Amino acid sequence: MSFVIKVGLASCGLAAGAGEVYDAIVKHVKNNKIDVDVKKTACIGMCFAEPLVEILAEDRKSIIYGNVTPDNIAEIIDAYDKGTPVEENIILSNKLKGSENKTFKKQTRIVLRNCGIIDPVSIDDYLGNRGYQALEKALKKMSREDIIQEIKNSGLRGRGGAGFPTGLKWQFAYSSKSEKKYIICNADEGDPGAFMDRSVLEGDPHNVIEGMIIGAYAIGADEGYLYCRAEYPLAIKHLKIAIQQATEKGYLGKNILGSDFNFELHIKEGAGAFVCGEETALMASIEGKRGMPSIRPPFPAQSGLWGKPTNINNVETLANITWIILNGAKEYSKYGTEKSKGTKVFALAGKIKNSGLIEVPMGMPLREVIYDVGGGMKTDKPFKGVQLGGPSGGCLSAEMLDTIVDYDSINKTGAIMGSGGMVVMDTSSCMVDIAKFFLNFTQNESCGKCTFCRVGTKRMLEILIRISEGNGKMEDLDKLEELADNIIKGSLCGLGQTAPNPVLTTLKYFKEEYIAHIKDKKCPAGVCKALIKFEIIEDKCVGCTVCAMKCPVKCISGERKQVHKIDQDLCIKCGACYDACKFDAIIKG
Amino acid sequence: MKFKTEIDITINKFIGKKGALIPLLQNVQDIEGYLSKELMSYVSNKTGTKLAHIYGVATFYTMFRLKPKGKHIIRVCKGTACHVSGANSIMDKLNILLELSDDEDTTKDWKFTVIPVACLGCCSLSPVIMIDDNTYGKLTPDSLGKILKKY
Repeated sequence: MSFVIKVGLASCGLAAGAGEVYDAIVKHVKNNKIDVDVKKTACIGMCFAEPLVEILAEDRKSIIYGNVTPDNIAEIIDAYDKGTPVEENIILSNKLKGSENKTFKKQTRIVLRNCGIIDPVSIDDYLGNRGYQALEKALKKMSREDIIQEIKNSGLRGRGGAGFPTGLKWQFAYSSKSEKKYIICNADEGDPGAFMDRSVLEGDPHNVIEGMIIGAYAIGADEGYLYCRAEYPLAIKHLKIAIQQATEKGYLGKNILGSDFNFELHIKEGAGAFVCGEETALMASIEGKRGMPSIRPPFPAQSGLWGKPTNINNVETLANITWIILNGAKEYSKYGTEKSKGTKVFALAGKIKNSGLIEVPMGMPLREVIYDVGGGMKTDKPFKGVQLGGPSGGCLSAEMLDTIVDYDSINKTGAIMGSGGMVVMDTSSCMVDIAKFFLNFTQNESCGKCTFCRVGTKRMLEILIRISEGNGKMEDLDKLEELADNIIKGSLCGLGQTAPNPVLTTLKYFKEEYIAHIKDKKCPAGVCKALIKFEIIEDKCVGCTVCAMKCPVKCISGERKQVHKIDQDLCIKCGACYDACKFDAIIKG
Repeated sequence: MKFKTEIDITINKFIGKKGALIPLLQNVQDIEGYLSKELMSYVSNKTGTKLAHIYGVATFYTMFRLKPKGKHIIRVCKGTACHVSGANSIMDKLNILLELSDDEDTTKDWKFTVIPVACLGCCSLSPVIMIDDNTYGKLTPDSLGKILKKY
């Protein structure tokens, strides 16, 4: 019996060892002469169970196996072949009832429709899934105005974070009179904790490229740039292959599909600067300068790259375009809420069971995203907060979990939708520490142009460090809010305007934790090192020496079978002894 | 400069192209390992770009190094997911294993250079480090020793 085996070979799969699994499969089927087609695909989104392998046969249902290793793959294949699949590695199969695979059932996959399904570097696979049909329709059956109107009608808003209506943005660039125009895809996904764009580019690069070609045609651009961060080598590799394939087939280059439309696409690798996610900074970077934002107006639609009208869209925004053109604005706008249409891709990470990449219709409450799609908490510690939107976003507490996923509802909480990073935290995370973490990031990444962003974030960080070391004063909390207000008002670009958000939201939803650091000199989560101390309880210590062996700075002394002691002056408070002790003889206080 | 011929070939590839400075610097850095003062002056003379402009770009982006680096690069992810999963203790342990003090990033034998990075995008495998092109996930401080031994 013949069947197909697909191996997920995106960055996270490879990091988990999918490459070795792929080799083991090829070897096993060859040695045993099994009639099977082994295919490479990318991220299907269930990163928590990587490496993932899917087995499908025409006459039987498909099964996705997780946590596959080179050692157990042979057994999995042979068992499937015999019709008695290995149960323990099954992550998803059509046999399972709906309640058991909410992870998939509650998702609507538009952007990710091909991810993990097709081989990303095979243009034939893409063509087999209605690839480049949207471009054909747009070029042959629609006028430029029709396309822009269709995107406007769909209600699609920019997925990079700010949520500006995409159709309107295209309209501005279209209306700008110029011989030369540019379109740019912003793939400089710099938010720590976010990997949506990486997965889309690795898993379905043609979809993004096709969206870009349609956009270029609509606004009248003949040249485009894909600005991708250099930390994503696999995404860049797939894009390069896809561009070459599309050029060979005549979807890129001169006289595309026999029309008079020409379009040339370049890849530009970022060099590592978070601020380059801001569009004016991104263009400065493409021009080979320091990536510093400039004053708007003029907006890029009037004067952008090298002074020419330019339209910039994010990866996920562009990945929606082909679906909208193929299925119509009306069908697209069935998903979502009144002002936020369609779906949103989120990268679930942190202390959540099913971490990975998901796509849900707008309007789903956060609770459903985290507990149903994400499977709830990973540890037995309770939910404490969820961080949305990276360094520009905010932390929401459990009371806010009924907030629905749409631009306006999330903005009201003080967080932002952002690009889609969602980091779930349990009670082992300290919110003062999280605020400090993000401010340290924005403070480092501030380009230094605006004084409030450059100096203000530094002052805020100093206050947070002071609080986390137990030297804070209650007035500091007012000072933080005052500085935040000034930074928001006094910064030119989104980086500065949103940099205080993590501090403001943690102050709003977790104020008691700040007060505990200031008044009681305690870190309730046990994270801030200056406020915690590890001690050995004499009655419980059996002298097993495990803690002393684990201690990286050798500050625990004591003979075997004697009570041990921690030298507090040398202790770096890493907690290795605390985690290692099997007798609960070490306390953190 | 050790690799003058390669560097000349690379520079010539980019001369006359608009917006070429960043990819040019990325390419010559790949050859020499870092951007020395000598190398930046050389690029400036060859391309007619002001040295101040080159230095400005080189110091703005995190990918450019102005100091020599070790044989292997260890990137320690400091992203949000890794942070909440214990990236700090991974960093502490690495510094101990490699005997690095706070202001050092390269081992005395020039074998490893440790660089903290904002996010490697493998959040579901947190905490994560990347040694050259290989990613290691779901780390604990204890698992580091074994990984370093491979290099």
